[in-house]
Amino acid sequence: MNAAEFDGVTIRIGGRSVLSNVSLSVGDGEFIGVLGPNGAGKTTLMRTLLGLIRPSSGTVRVLGKSPVRGNPEIGYLPQVRTLMPALGMRGLDFIASSVKGERWGLPITTRADRRAIEQTLTAVGATALADRPLSDMSGGERQRLLLAQALLGSPRLLLLDEPLISLDPRHQEAVIGLVRQFCRDRGITVLFSAHELNQLLGALDRVLYLGRGQAVLGSIDEVVTAPVLSRLYGADINVVRADGHIFVMSRGRDVERHDHQHDEHAHEYHQHASHASSVPPDVPYRSA
Amino acid sequence: MFEYDFMINAFSASGIVAVVSGIVGYFLVVRGQTFAGHALSHIGFAGATGAGLIGLSPLWGLVGFTVVAGLGMGLLGERLSGRDVAIGVVLSLALGFGLLFLHYYTSFATQATAVLFGNVLAVDHPTIVILACLSAMILLALSILMRPLLFASLQPELAEAKGVLLRCISMAFLAVVGLAVAACAQIVGVLMVFTLMVGPPAAAQRVVTGLWNGLALAAILALAYVWLGLTVAFYTDWPVSFCIALLSGCGYLLSLAAPRQQIRVEGVMQEAHEL
Repeated sequence: MNAAEFDGVTIRIGGRSVLSNVSLSVGDGEFIGVLGPNGAGKTTLMRTLLGLIRPSSGTVRVLGKSPVRGNPEIGYLPQVRTLMPALGMRGLDFIASSVKGERWGLPITTRADRRAIEQTLTAVGATALADRPLSDMSGGERQRLLLAQALLGSPRLLLLDEPLISLDPRHQEAVIGLVRQFCRDRGITVLFSAHELNQLLGALDRVLYLGRGQAVLGSIDEVVTAPVLSRLYGADINVVRADGHIFVMSRGRDVERHDHQHDEHAHEYHQHASHASSVPPDVPYRSA
Repeated sequence: MFEYDFMINAFSASGIVAVVSGIVGYFLVVRGQTFAGHALSHIGFAGATGAGLIGLSPLWGLVGFTVVAGLGMGLLGERLSGRDVAIGVVLSLALGFGLLFLHYYTSFATQATAVLFGNVLAVDHPTIVILACLSAMILLALSILMRPLLFASLQPELAEAKGVLLRCISMAFLAVVGLAVAACAQIVGVLMVFTLMVGPPAAAQRVVTGLWNGLALAAILALAYVWLGLTVAFYTDWPVSFCIALLSGCGYLLSLAAPRQQIRVEGVMQEAHEL
């Protein structure tokens, strides 16, 4: 069974078609890197799988079923734009607030909930975060906390929306490695959206490139080519491979980096002002 | 001072309202909606004076307006959040209407000060019963709402994906805030609801960690402010609302001076650094 299937899917938001006639299928247990320029529909794709956006035509299947809000089999790490309230809240309490958070009543954490949270924190090597207040954590630690939260309840599909944004390169690699290891061990399917392909090269099975309403899913060699990307970007794109890295260039400029640094003005639907990389523009950084 | 009935009434009424204000206000602070709460109280002023004009009880005018306005604000939701200008305009418009209603109903003028600045010493027994009922309703509604409210406040994007109806939660919560504002205005007046609904929870949040500790401390602080305020007012003859506002302000300033509680363990920091 496929983890996610799109068959002739068109999605329109506010009169603009974000995806048009997209068909693809993601196999069980695959690690998919989701890439593409801003506004290409990376967030929209995930929100569709979560049942938050209904396609205007075509059919979507998630884990063999129609998408439905609150599907417990999907773990989700939203692109965090809501600044976490500067609470002195402890990591464990923060995660606990999301456990069965959709139910009515008082937010009481049972002993079983607590144990499950602690186990997941241990699995991602974040045991120490349980007792520390959020205000005391670095960006990398918070992201690790959110990752643990997304993994809670043994999901079969993990949707990670730009989990690397605002992390420094070392933390980015740690997050990628962690997701890769955790999900491979448990056979969890991952959709991992990012701005930069190179960091994901060692982790992903296939890449899903979005652009101008289209989507191409395939191996790096099939997808990251000049003709395919030129079509998706609507511009002349060169793909330069050097030293194990792939550079996607438009008229001599690296489009991924360019995107990354100017994404404050480009908005995907339902995504608030996003912030760019923590790498200063004048420091070229490439991870293997 | 307890030989006077009006003091006993004042202690009971303000005690009930303070606890509820501290608890509801805690979520107002967590959600960053304190200004919306302030606006609700001003809209309530128009309701109170308007009710006076057509011969109804100001309290019910206040309740009606704040609850409806709360539902409306929740409905507008994201379009209104962070729109300080829009809220400010509506707020002053509401005060303006309140003034107009006063203008045409002059015999209400003496009560206007009570609505604006509170008059807890004039609270009678029937009013206490009403306040107790309102408070019970508020606490009941909040206890049903609290779990999804907390989730939606801390992580709205995730909460939405998990099936929390953000708009419904927001509307229901602001309606509860409307009720609390109406009750609170009976004690400290519409202009000073911040003293009970924002001062105590804001201070509590800086001093303790965790939801339950925060809620408990917010309620205790609010209770301490009103009872101490009443006592000080009794012996000094200063206005009660002034005394409460003074305590609330001092409490918040003190909490700023106190270092935020942090649990630091050697080795934890070390390990965290490696992450």
